[in-house]
Parts: sequence; structure tokens; C-alpha cells
Amino acid sequence: MLDFAGYGPELLKGAWVTMQVAFLSLFLAVALGLLGATAKLSHNPFWKGFATLYTTIIRGVPDLVMMFIIFFGGQQALNIFFEYLYDNYEIDYFINVNEFIAGVITIGFIYGAYMTETFRGAFLAVDNGQIEAGKAYGMSRGQIFLHISFPLMMRHALPGLGNNWQVLLKTTALVSVIGLTDMVRVATEASKAEHAPFKFFIPVVTVYLLLTWISEFIIKKLDAKYSVGVLKH
Amino acid sequence: MADIAPLVVQDLHKTFNENEVLKGVSIEAHKGDVISMIGSSGSGKSTFLRCINLLEIPTQGEIIVHGDPIRFTTDKKGNRKPADAQQVERIRARLSMVFQSFNLWSHMTVLENIIEAPIHVLGVKRREAIAKAEHLLDKVGILDRKDYYPAQMSGGQQQRAAIARALAMDPEVMLFDEPTSALDPELVGEVLRVMHSLADEGRTMIVVTHEMAFARDVSTQVVFLHQGVIEEHGSPQKVFDNPDSERMKQFLAPKY
Repeated sequence: MLDFAGYGPELLKGAWVTMQVAFLSLFLAVALGLLGATAKLSHNPFWKGFATLYTTIIRGVPDLVMMFIIFFGGQQALNIFFEYLYDNYEIDYFINVNEFIAGVITIGFIYGAYMTETFRGAFLAVDNGQIEAGKAYGMSRGQIFLHISFPLMMRHALPGLGNNWQVLLKTTALVSVIGLTDMVRVATEASKAEHAPFKFFIPVVTVYLLLTWISEFIIKKLDAKYSVGVLKH
Repeated sequence: MADIAPLVVQDLHKTFNENEVLKGVSIEAHKGDVISMIGSSGSGKSTFLRCINLLEIPTQGEIIVHGDPIRFTTDKKGNRKPADAQQVERIRARLSMVFQSFNLWSHMTVLENIIEAPIHVLGVKRREAIAKAEHLLDKVGILDRKDYYPAQMSGGQQQRAAIARALAMDPEVMLFDEPTSALDPELVGEVLRVMHSLADEGRTMIVVTHEMAFARDVSTQVVFLHQGVIEEHGSPQKVFDNPDSERMKQFLAPKY
């Protein structure tokens, strides 16, 4: 009953791919979000404009379209670039944009824009007096970020960050469209072959729900960590 | 060796969008001086204090901390800015500030607040920093609150914790920016008593305040600022009992 007509191991492998794509994209998205928020809050008009362009474009284009552009277009652009290198400088080099890399980059890139907005709002919510106290005691910009702004900002960022993460997790299903064998793709193939959609999609749904449930638990823990010193009403 | 003044400020000007808030203010603090800056709201006294440790960048003028003048340069737009960020950090670490609204770090306990800058800025060992912090908390009378978070304490306790945080830096000069203005009246006394004991120890302090009795009792110099200009400057006896300036007389006159 639970061997899923021999597709069990495939489904498990697919679930592992889904998790890898999700966590690596999250990592990229948080990094881009922190950079983007810093750029948007800086006084440098170039960086500010650059970050605004990034969030505007990303939020205006459907995720699937973005994924097609990066997967198909990205390979073509790289091919043209490497052909140019070979023709002109005899540098023989080739990078293959595989489905995995394209998926992670696309999802990380898209959610980096949402994270940028989340972190920007959270940084703005930090009491400026506490940052001034850091300056007044001779802390460097890096020390102020690490010991004051970042921990204070996280409390404000967590609700949005948790929300973004859960949407990101579901967006990973899109990678099946560009041919990556995540669990959604395995289930699609299997249910077509066996004419039994429920049999293969119910485990997929279960895995997504399980991941969501674990995430909620972790976010709760993080929220407690970053709410320390805040009076509960 | 001649005594080097811990803090000299010469001809300080500060302009916010064409509005000149400070129009050439100079003070000289010698070791053990307590200089009270008094004046009505908007006279520029807090701005003056914030210029000393460069929370505001003075438009013009010199700040010399223990013989070390802060170096300035101008950016592309012609605005003045500090030439050397590390010099600014070094100087700030020697001038610790106590704020009107305390500005304790809300995610750290009182003890963590006090050891934070000594460990990360001065490079003091954690164990030494804790021993010193406990000593200072005992001195300001809140050792029993060391593991509390700021939000769990009264304003008076928070301000005393902030004073302990300032003392932990072994500052050359302590800057007080209206330290009792955000407190309920019944909590003002406990903070002023701590400040009084610091003055008695011979600490060099610049205090922006509305507490006239404190300024009169504790100060070695009183500076009365009015519209960005020093109107009256001298010993407390001189400034309070025998002022030359008409504005100072008005400022001291009974309000009702």
C-alpha cells in the first residue's frame, strides 16, 4: 500500500530536492534582502535607485515568467558571452545553467525583493535613540549593525519573513515546470502513468504541510528569542 | 607638564537648513569641572552637546578632546564631515553620553548594557567588565536589578543604569543631555543624587539641564544660552545672583 507502486524512493528523492531548493533560495533571498534594504536606506542615490529598480521589476513580473527568462534566457546569454570570449580571446569556458541552479537563483532573486521590503520596514521601526547610543559609545558601523540594529530589527522582520518563507516554500513547486525532478514532478509523472492522482499527490501535500508546520514552530522560537526585553501585554 | 584640558570647544556653529541654531559657542572644561548649560527650549543647548560627540556635525568650529582636535574635511556637496571615522569612534569612546530618554539597549539586560561597549569598543575582558559593572551598579544603587531588562524598570532606575553604562567607559568627560527631563517628578531626586556624587568625585561633566538648584549647587561654571549665543557665563554665584544679561534676569524671574 505504502510503496506507491514503486515510486516511493523517487518521491523521497524529490522531497529532498524540494527542501534543498527551498533552503538555498531562502538563504539567497535573506542575503539579497539585507543588501537591498541597506541600499534602500542608504543616502547613496545610485544604490537607492538600483534597489528600487530591483524590487519594482521583480514584484511586477510573474514568478513563472521570471523562471523561464532565467532558465532559457540565462543559458543563451551565457552562451553568447562565452562564444564572444572564445572568438576574441580564445578562452574556452562553459557554464551549464542546470534546472537546479536556475531554480534556486530565480526563487532567491524573487523573494530577495520581498525580503528587501520586509527588512527595510523592520530597520525603520528600530528606535533611533538606541542606535545613537551605539554611536555615542564609539561603536563602529559594523558593531552597531551586529549588536544593535540587527537584533532589534529582527523582531519587526520576523512576521513578514515567516510569511515570505511559507510562500517561497510553495513557489518551489514551479521548478518542476523547467524540468527539475522535485517531488511535484515525480508525483505528476507517476500519477499520469498510474492514473491515480490522489495516491501520489496526497504524500506531496503532506510533505508541504509538514514543512510548514515545522517552520511555524521555528519561527515561534525565533520570535521568542528576538522579543526578549519586550513587555508582554 | 601643564594640565591638558579634557575638552575645549571653540566658536561652534551649527546650521540646520539655513536656520542657524548655534552662533559661535565656546567652552573650556578643565579636569573636575562641572559645566551646566541652561537656557530655554530652542536655545541650542542640546544641539551643542550633540555636536561635541558628533551626533550632529558642527558647521564650523573646533572640538579638542584632551589636546586632540577632531579633524574635518568637506564632501563633494561642500558639507563638512569628519575626516577620520576611526578618530571619531576613539573620541566618542572617551566622552560618554547620558540621554534624556535613556536609550538603553532594550534587548539586553542591565548588566549586558553596561559591559557591551567596554568589551567591544575598549577590548576589556568579559570577566573584568562584569566585575566593574557590578561595582558601578552597586554605586548607583541598582545592583539588584542587574538581570532586568530596561522595560522592566522605572525611569529613574533606567537613567541610573544609563549613568553606570557611561561610567563603565572611564570617560574623560561625561555629557548629560537633560538627564531628568523625561522622569516623573518623584524620580528626579534619585538621579540628581547620583550625579551629585559624581561631581564630588571630581568627574568632568557637561550637563544640559533645567534643574536650576542642581546647576547652582554642583556646577563650577554655568553657561546660559539664548538663541544660539552665550548670554551669560561664569560661576554659579555670578550667573544666578548677579547676572549682567537682561535675558538671564528674565529667565530667572518668577514665572507666576
